[in-house]
This record gives sequence, structure tokens and C-alpha cells, in this order.
Amino acid sequence: MAAFGTGAGRPLQQRGGSPGFRFTFFAVLAVIAMYLDQRQHYLEQVRYVLQAAAYPIQLAVSSPPAAWRWLKESFQTREALQAENARLRSQQRDLDVRTMRYEALARENGELRGLRAALPPVAERWLAAEVVTVQLNSLRHRVLLNRGASNGVFRGQAVLDETGLIGQTTHVGPWSAEVILITDPEHAVPVRIERTGLRTIAVGAGDISALALPYLPANADIKEGDVLVTSGLGGVFPEGYPVARVTEVHRDAVQPLAQVRAVPLAHVDTDQEVMLVWFKSDHPAAPARATASADGGVGELKHGDAAMQPQAVTRAAASPPPAPGQRP
Amino acid sequence: MLLSALVALILTVLPLPRWLDVLRPAFLVLTVLYWSVNSPRTGGIALGFFAGLVLDVFQGPVLGEHALALALVTYMGVREHQRIRSKPAFQQALFVGAALAIYEFVLFAIDGWTGHPITSPLRWVHIVTGALIWPPAAAILAYGAGRRA
Repeated sequence: MAAFGTGAGRPLQQRGGSPGFRFTFFAVLAVIAMYLDQRQHYLEQVRYVLQAAAYPIQLAVSSPPAAWRWLKESFQTREALQAENARLRSQQRDLDVRTMRYEALARENGELRGLRAALPPVAERWLAAEVVTVQLNSLRHRVLLNRGASNGVFRGQAVLDETGLIGQTTHVGPWSAEVILITDPEHAVPVRIERTGLRTIAVGAGDISALALPYLPANADIKEGDVLVTSGLGGVFPEGYPVARVTEVHRDAVQPLAQVRAVPLAHVDTDQEVMLVWFKSDHPAAPARATASADGGVGELKHGDAAMQPQAVTRAAASPPPAPGQRP
Repeated sequence: MLLSALVALILTVLPLPRWLDVLRPAFLVLTVLYWSVNSPRTGGIALGFFAGLVLDVFQGPVLGEHALALALVTYMGVREHQRIRSKPAFQQALFVGAALAIYEFVLFAIDGWTGHPITSPLRWVHIVTGALIWPPAAAILAYGAGRRA
């Protein structure tokens, strides 16, 4: 009787509002959060903090596989290590020789272009990052890297491995960064066919080992084995980095477009170590500013602009590839 | 309660081979649903909302997506908790399957509206495995709760 009218005596539904009221409250909160995140990008700071909070859990989850790899490495035999050492040394020698040639070629190229001095490489700085083995979303192709804003990583940064393009960063936390892979169905990368110079767009096919080229006419000059390199349009990737090799070309008489599939050259699904790259923005091979300025400009992209969303298929398809005004 | 949610979260983000990953039930959703049915006073819609927010950070394209879906699922759990608790495990599993289907549909709809659609039929697989794993999962959670009390 004494409890009548106070909180303790009330039926469950009355405490802190009925379930319906609470649900409405939280649903409205969630919808507001979604709106702010999607349309206004006000929640970047919130996401940044939350991502920092999530990182210890992600690290903890990924530690058993990491420990296993470490164990496996530390119990390698002497012979295996020696063999690897010899292989690495010969590879290093090959690379050294090739670099020598590269310097000469770069100078020659500069002279041919009428520039006074050879251009420095377009990549200004790079940083090795390890993939944190943690499942993000099984149907989206995302990985988590163990580098973040504290290492200078920014949103929309190109990620490579030693054989090709991997993807670009989408969400950057203080110590971690989420990367969208080029095989994600939401990702599109502007490419050029190396053999012919034909420009098109390679879209992730949703399969970890395939890209699709959906915008090529049936009579386009493309065949199996063609290598696709980045075209430098789109404002994220610089020109000339290898992306994929064409594996399948279907030309159907009744279809106006060719169905082309390609496999990524980078080991997109098995890589443990990748490279985050910073590019010189005033280099001729740098990501094209012409297209970037249309939807934000490279400078603004770093601050989480809408344009830094992974280049959506629709937008990439809508904008016609502008004339290559980049080369002097 | 929070400990079980943390364990469920770890199970959710544990790296698995791809075919197993498709079959993986939504452990955090099941755990939160269990608490909203069996302890609606402490673990209710608020727990669902915040667990969803954590899921959003891990795997959501927009913040608030999983939060909304989980708040809806926990609301259903809290509302019907007396009816569900009195049912045998098989019928509970049916309810859980329905709740997971609604959860996944909300995610599907929001994915579409925000421009991140996944149309692969594989995304619906975890509803079945989630319903199947509900009886043992509920037993484990009940055992854990009983030991602490």
C-alpha cells in the first residue's frame, strides 16, 4: 500500500515510459543519426570516437590469428629462412637493376617532353599497414587497417600492394582505417586499357576475385589478357597503377554492351600487408583535379566531403570522361 | 548481461572462412533478444539500441541502421515477453526466426534507401541458422544468468 503511486509499485510497462514510448524515442534517435550521417556528415566526429573505442575489441579478436602467424614464423627452419633470404636478395638485385633503368628512362622521358628535369615519382610517401583480421561485413568487401589519423591517413586514400591496386579508405579512426576493396559492388575505379588507351570504369562484381566492366560497347577493342591500369580520373587514384587483367569477354549479338570480367592483380583477399600512399597533387600523373573539382576538389575531400564516398557506380557512370588535359 | 553481449560481439566479428561466415547467426541480435524477453526491465530497448550502434560502427554503412533494427526487435521482445517465455523452445525459435527476418528486412530497406544495396540472397541465410541456434543459445544464456544470480 505504501508503494502505491511510487515507481516501485508500478507495473513494468510504466517504468521510464512504456515500451512503445521508449521504442519511438530510440527509433527517432536512430533515424536522426542516420539522416545526419548520410546527408550531412555531421557524425564524422562521433564515428571517429566510436571507431577508436571499437579498435581494442577488434585488436583482441584479431590477436589469435596474429599470434598463430607469429608462432609459425618463429618456428621456421633455418633452411627455409636461408632460401627466403636468397630469394629476397636476388629480387632486390633485380629491382635495383630495374630502378637504374628507370632513372635513365625517366630522364629520357623528361627530355622528350621538353621538360628541363625529370619528374620525381608521383608517390610522395608511403606507409606499410597491416590488415587486422576481423570480419566487418560478410557481404561487403571491407578490411580494417592498423593505421589511422594519427599516422596521417585520410579519407579516400589509395591503398596498394606490391602488385596492384587494393582499394581506398572510407572511414578513418585515430588508429585504424576501414578500406573498401575494389571488388566491393559499391566501388568503381576509372581505368584505362593499357594496350589501347581506351578509358572505362571497372566496377566491383561482388565476388572477391572479380571486377566487371559494364560500360563497354560490344565492338570495343578489348580481349582476354588485357591489363587495366588506373586512368587518373575520378580524383582518388593517380594514373598508371595496375588494377586488373581481363579474363572474360562476352559479345552477344543482341546486347549493345560487352560483358567483360577481370581479375584484380593485387592479392585483394589474401594480403596481410598493404601500402597506404600519399601522392603529389601537382604531378601530371596525380589524380585528376579536373574531375575532382566538379564534386568537391581534392583538398576538401580530406575532410569527409560527400564526394569522398566510395565513387558510386551511378555517379561514375554519369560523368563522361573528360579530355586528358593533364599531360603537357 | 554486458559480458554476454561482449562475447556475442566478439563472435560476430571473429574472422571465419567465407562459407561459414554466411551461415553465422547474428549472435549479438540473439543475445539482446534473449535479454529483452527474459529480463525486459534491465535489458530492453536501450540495450538493443546501443548494441545496434556498436554493430553500426563495425559493419554499418550509416550510423543508426542496426540501432533502429535492433530497437525494433527488442521492442517486439519486450512487448511479447510473457507470451514468448511461456512457449516451448520450438515455438520460441519460430518467433526468433520471424524477429530476425524483420531485423534483416529493416537493414535491407535502409541499405537500399541510403544507396548501399546488397541484393545477394546470402544475406537472408542467417535467419534460419539464428532460429536453429536459439534453443541451445538460450539455454547457455539461462545457465550463465542462473549461476551469477
